[in-house]
Amino acid sequence: MSSDTTSPRKQWEQAFNASPTRDAEFTTLSGIPIDPVYGPEDGDFPGQYPYTRGPYASMYRSRLWTMRMFAGFGTAEDTNWRFKEIIKAGGTGLSTAFDMPTLLGLDSDDPMSLGEVGRCGVAVDSLSDMEDLYSGIDLSEVTTSMTINSPAAVIFAMFIAQAEKAGVNRARLGGTLQNDILKEYQAQKEFVFPPRQSMRLVRDTIDFTSREMPRWHSVSISGYHIREAGSTAVEELAFTLANGFAYVELALAAGLDVDAFAPRLSFFFNAHIDFFEEIAKYRAARRIWARWMKERFGATDPRSMQCRFHSQTAGVSLTAQQPEVNIARTAIEALAGVLGGTQSLHTNSMDEALALPTEKAARIALRTQQVIAHETNVAHVADPLGGSYYVESLTDEVERQAEEIFAHLESLGNGSLLEGVITGIEENWFQGRISDSAYDLERRLNAGQRITVGVNDFQAGNEEDQIQLLRITNEDEQRQRKRLDTVRSDRNQDAVTEVLNKLRDEAEDPEVNLMPTLIEASHAYATVGEMMTTMAGVFGRHVEVPSI
Amino acid sequence: MSGERILVAKVGLDGHDRGVKVVARILRDAGYEVIYTGLFQTPETVAAAAVDEDADAIGLSMLSGAHMTLAPLVVEAVRARGADIPVILGGTVPDHDLDELKSQGVAAVITPGTTAEDIIKEVQQVLDGTQVA
Repeated sequence: MSSDTTSPRKQWEQAFNASPTRDAEFTTLSGIPIDPVYGPEDGDFPGQYPYTRGPYASMYRSRLWTMRMFAGFGTAEDTNWRFKEIIKAGGTGLSTAFDMPTLLGLDSDDPMSLGEVGRCGVAVDSLSDMEDLYSGIDLSEVTTSMTINSPAAVIFAMFIAQAEKAGVNRARLGGTLQNDILKEYQAQKEFVFPPRQSMRLVRDTIDFTSREMPRWHSVSISGYHIREAGSTAVEELAFTLANGFAYVELALAAGLDVDAFAPRLSFFFNAHIDFFEEIAKYRAARRIWARWMKERFGATDPRSMQCRFHSQTAGVSLTAQQPEVNIARTAIEALAGVLGGTQSLHTNSMDEALALPTEKAARIALRTQQVIAHETNVAHVADPLGGSYYVESLTDEVERQAEEIFAHLESLGNGSLLEGVITGIEENWFQGRISDSAYDLERRLNAGQRITVGVNDFQAGNEEDQIQLLRITNEDEQRQRKRLDTVRSDRNQDAVTEVLNKLRDEAEDPEVNLMPTLIEASHAYATVGEMMTTMAGVFGRHVEVPSI
Repeated sequence: MSGERILVAKVGLDGHDRGVKVVARILRDAGYEVIYTGLFQTPETVAAAAVDEDADAIGLSMLSGAHMTLAPLVVEAVRARGADIPVILGGTVPDHDLDELKSQGVAAVITPGTTAEDIIKEVQQVLDGTQVA
């Protein structure tokens, strides 16, 4: 036996011993003691480069993943109530879903918003809604995630303004802004400005948070939507990491030091139904990110190399048929996320193939995480599948195929991933690959090569009565429009006009960081639509060329 | 069936385009001529495109929950142009909305999990005017 104190295991031990341990009994049900990690003396360990086995030495021994449930519907008051229910039920983080008009930077009284207000998420038009949304929630304690992209800088500015009005200094705010515009053009399709102009706003938020908000995650680089739109697991991984490299190049080009911003980048992956492939995907993601950050971008701070991610179970895997069966799918997917070492997790509710979840369905989804966390003992050991011939082999193969995609994008961008990704968007390369993969899967399903329970096999029970669904009425839309009317009539219109003129002038100068003025405009109760329209006047609007 | 023209459309703000593209390919492979409008259309632009393109049917894809507002507006906009083009709705539509949509003139509703074979069957029934109302 080697007594070398610098062996990987010894180094891991030192790091583990320096980490806190949460209060739990680390034995099997039979009483067999469980080590925090298993593996050979000179093997890979969690918390060590390239972090294949996890970003931290102690993983869930120190702290369980954050059970972060995504919620939002109706008006800000409705969603505030749901947030408080989530916290009461033991949820440990908030995640805000905005409605379609907000995602597209439109006000609730815009003609295009008709029928969409408060349907897919909460409607936010002005600071007034933001105040109601987080009312009574201590934002210096609970971390908040906001799923917003095209208007991310605007909504972020409103969030900061709201916290400051509530007496919380911006430097104390912890949370995540999705702010991943690249995947909008590739998959989610909630875009407003053209890609290059949008990237300027991403740069402004990265720059702003790196200077003023040390606890904030500026971009959550998201594969979730890429996968939901139909990509394979490998494409999800490769497109997401390539987008991440593009943001790194963007921030470097703006003159930021890599270790000043990279520790605040985080990721968001899908937890799909192919159990082992998902686990391999997460392991490969950590290894690839670490290597590229260190070798290509010259990071020296380990935190810049550690890929930390949120995951969400796969919405597309849910079926409208026999919806209770979705609880089983979600549990298996969530388990893949946990065995893959996720830092936070959202579990979908059984009714989401048809509507936003009812409170009961959302509670069952949260309870599913609590069962995994507290009953199964799976969180006692870091990377419990490390060393499995199958999982290690899959991890290597997923990584190899992802590298092929990076090589393609790099050649597309003449050596630049940033240029390669933008060119890939402009030439519909990503969109085409995703559509092809979606159709390929559909064909296999229709040919009976793949089975979805209740859909193309095992249909007995499909005819039973539907479960209770959440109904959102047009009254919510009416209420929200009235709220907006009140804001418009109560505010100082001259101040709004003045700050919007300033925003327009600053937008014309690509060197200016727009965040301070967006915060100022938020305080003046300028609306999301007004700020976005002002910027669109300078930036233009993106139009996708339709293709099947 | 071959040669019949179907305009598939995304109306409103919903960016979910996986379903519309998959269904468009299913219909194209089945021999229909498929025209896709792209995202963010209004009831007016969809109706105008359907008339201009001489479409035999319109397929709307809606996954944002706005179908109760927007699908009837598309039917209305088509009729306002004096056209008789059936509107088929696909997407996340709960059962409790089906009767209301039919009474507002939506010819058929295709819900999640429908196989390619059944999609083609339903579309053809609408085109033949033999669907169960």
